[in-house]
Amino acid sequence: MTLISAQLSPLTAQMLAVRDARDRAAFAALFDHFAPRLKGFIMRSGTGSGQAEEIVQDVMLTVWRKADQFDPQKAQVAAWVYQIAKNRQIDVLRKENRPLPEELKSDAQDSGRTDTDAGQILAVEQEALQLKEAISKLKPDQREMIEKAYLGELTHQEIKAQTGLPLGTIKSRIRLGLERLRHDLKDVR
Amino acid sequence: MTDITHHTPDALLAAYAAGTLPQPFALVVAAHISLCLKCRAAFEAHQAIGGIVLEGFDAVEISPDLKTNVLSLLDAPDQESDVYARTGVYPGPVMQALKGKPPRWRRLGGGVKQNILSADESGSVRLLYIPPGQAVPDHTHGGLELTLVLQGSFSDETGRFDVGDLEVADEDLDHTPIADYGAPCICLAATDAPLKFNSVLPRVLQPLFRI
Ligand SMILES: [Zn+2]
Repeated sequence: MTLISAQLSPLTAQMLAVRDARDRAAFAALFDHFAPRLKGFIMRSGTGSGQAEEIVQDVMLTVWRKADQFDPQKAQVAAWVYQIAKNRQIDVLRKENRPLPEELKSDAQDSGRTDTDAGQILAVEQEALQLKEAISKLKPDQREMIEKAYLGELTHQEIKAQTGLPLGTIKSRIRLGLERLRHDLKDVR
Repeated sequence: MTDITHHTPDALLAAYAAGTLPQPFALVVAAHISLCLKCRAAFEAHQAIGGIVLEGFDAVEISPDLKTNVLSLLDAPDQESDVYARTGVYPGPVMQALKGKPPRWRRLGGGVKQNILSADESGSVRLLYIPPGQAVPDHTHGGLELTLVLQGSFSDETGRFDVGDLEVADEDLDHTPIADYGAPCICLAATDAPLKFNSVLPRVLQPLFRI
């Protein structure tokens, strides 16, 4: 890991330090990055400042406690934190337990992560950068729709009705994601 | 894993990732993702977009206590929530809805059985057990209906649905799914229409049986 950590984004490197070394300084850095954004993200859907901070606290504690579930070969730190925040919002605001898919056991988890594939991690980061760039190039109204959809402001009927949503951008990413999963499974079987 | 040919549409996956899908549908989508690599990859792509949206948010000032609080709680014991593993034909999220127990089937007539997992104003989700040659009950649509095959298969006017396949039906689809010959068909079915009166039972009994 040390050889490639210089090439990883700071967030990924910090998250790996939290996961593998329980590094509190790295966690504090992640907190400084995510907590203020999470608060804005959560308040946007009408949650008051106090309750939003309670949710931020739960999300950040989950980042610390469930760090072993973070797999940079599959997801970027922000995508992982997004999902934790969504789960928590549903648990707190709707008082429901969100049904979650089974975890996919990857080779990294089974073999104690002795063979973490650095190239794969960098590929995930690369993809996310490309996706971000593609989204930033969209027309303002399309960008706004993407934001609304992933903030949770649109029902699935409304998302379906948004013919202007650039699903092609998403699809290209899906193909790469599928390759990654195949890679994982090949090693399991 | 068999070849799954009927997948979760993108709008449903995006809504599931964004947390706007009502609970009954979210359970079916979570169960399908548990069985389907293609939709799992698509789900992860939607999470990636969600992450980019989160990253794009301007930082909002947080109270100075928040960080101190969180850092002081890092060593506090964690309340572990139960994780239910796949059991037989039932994926993890279905086992969670069953609270780890086997289904408790109630007879509906004609050898058809059901186990309602949840039912409220957001819709309902249930397990259905359909013997070969029997119709999947109550396919009169008021709204959206998702049906995921867990065992056996069924066919209707739109095609054949095997283990892992997800049928998405809305009010525009008038169809009659019939369980194929072979093993009895077990499905997970969610609808946002109110649970409907079934002709076998008088209306007064409906609340009792929750058809
Ligand atoms: Zn699928």
